[in-house]
Amino acid sequence: MIAARQFPAQAHPPTTLTVFAAASLTAAFNEIADTLRHRDPGLAVAFNYAGSQALALQIEQGAPADVFASADDHWMTVVKDSGAVKGEPAIFAHNHLVVIVPKANPGHVRTLQDLARPGVKLVLADAAVPVGHYARVTIAALEKVQGFSAGYADNVIARVVSNEDNVKGVVAKVQLGEADAGIVYVSDVTPAVAGAVTQIAIPEAANAVADYPIAVLRRSTSAAAQAFVDLVLSPTGQGVLARNGFIPVRTPH
Amino acid sequence: MRSFALRFVVAIAIAVLLVILALPLVALLVRVSPGALWHYVRQPIVVEALKLSLLTSVIATIAVVVLGVPVAYLLATHHFRGKRLVEVLVELPIVLPPTVAGVGLLLAFGRAGIAGRILSAAGISIPFTTLAVVIAQLFVATPYFIAAVVAGLREVEPRYRDVAMTLRATPLHVFRRVLLPIALPSVLAGAAMSWARALGEFGATITFAGNLMGRTQTMPLAVYSALQTDLDSAVALAVLLILFSFAILAGLRFAPWGAAIGGKERNARGRRR
Repeated sequence: MIAARQFPAQAHPPTTLTVFAAASLTAAFNEIADTLRHRDPGLAVAFNYAGSQALALQIEQGAPADVFASADDHWMTVVKDSGAVKGEPAIFAHNHLVVIVPKANPGHVRTLQDLARPGVKLVLADAAVPVGHYARVTIAALEKVQGFSAGYADNVIARVVSNEDNVKGVVAKVQLGEADAGIVYVSDVTPAVAGAVTQIAIPEAANAVADYPIAVLRRSTSAAAQAFVDLVLSPTGQGVLARNGFIPVRTPH
Repeated sequence: MRSFALRFVVAIAIAVLLVILALPLVALLVRVSPGALWHYVRQPIVVEALKLSLLTSVIATIAVVVLGVPVAYLLATHHFRGKRLVEVLVELPIVLPPTVAGVGLLLAFGRAGIAGRILSAAGISIPFTTLAVVIAQLFVATPYFIAAVVAGLREVEPRYRDVAMTLRATPLHVFRRVLLPIALPSVLAGAAMSWARALGEFGATITFAGNLMGRTQTMPLAVYSALQTDLDSAVALAVLLILFSFAILAGLRFAPWGAAIGGKERNARGRRR
């Protein structure tokens, strides 16, 4: 009754689309969904943002998702191997890592070398979370860069005080000033976060590049699923991703 | 006919509750083999988490009892302005989502928090420590204890207290020798419930204390971390937590003094007769 009153002009019920996406995509995908809703006002888009590993598990257990966007190849492959993916996943963006410290800088972290200093409270995502995996790869790679001492990687890992279950947990602990430093994606330093943190760049030679694949899921019956994926890969979608700190795979619009 | 209807209603209620409460536990139990359990019980992540869970939940429960008994005594035996409000405030943590409790704890006792700033100046930092785990457990478990003990103390016949008072016993003496022994079953039941709540604590802990093996990663956090990568190991850990909790709760009940937990029920029945 209520639905009928809300959509008086509609002959058929509104299309729904359920997107499972890595937590780091929150801002960019919300914006892309707005564009899609603008084109099709009857469309209802629901997002489930979480760590890619958690989403992969939920999809394997039969969660009703239409689209899966992962922050790394590993979890997309896990989902694909379980037979849940329709067609081939496409890489739609890359991401880099950055070290963030609270503006007040309670741990006096000014350089990447400072991360190894005893007493520093470093927060990472868990090694199972893509960004946590990339952070560990990057820390190991830094040890081989000039100016970093032997044992650097072990010392930095020894400073970890918490392994968060997704990247936004890392951001929150740094934003609140509880952690002295955290390693997140460049795209996580959104305008809302930028005011509360200082960024320390990681040299390109050591910076792990995150690849983001997207795919329509086999059990999806939503016509909007492919439209969403196409929009993400279109110049418009690539532009939104670029504005949100991602590295686009095509020339953005 | 009436009795048939009553029996029917009771049977339906039991069936629904069995499905909702027991089936998930059974589903976890049947999914893992004893061999897999034995494999996981020797993993460092599990050993560390079990040790930490036991340590923190026991300390939290002791703190709950020591701090909770005086408050419960006050609420049960005294009348003062704003008492209703205090009672509601004491119960509030029960309805608060644990993650919200964790954020509140951070904003209060975190490095930049209201009280945390002062502690921080003194060189004390609580987040990411085992102490933070205990505080999170204390926060969520205390209301259960106070509710149980207040109810227990209120059930004590007022005339026992009056008689003791006319015999010139001091309030402390009355509390120790009259009120507490009668209300002991409630104290034990409340402590057992608080302990169980502390052991299962997850949301406030991961938010306030973080997740680090050996320091803040209790069993529920270990289960959650395992769930990120491997459903089977997560289920095995969950089953271990269930068996561990069951062993301790059952041990409390069957211990010589454990009869006191069930004693309240007998008292009530006796009075009705």
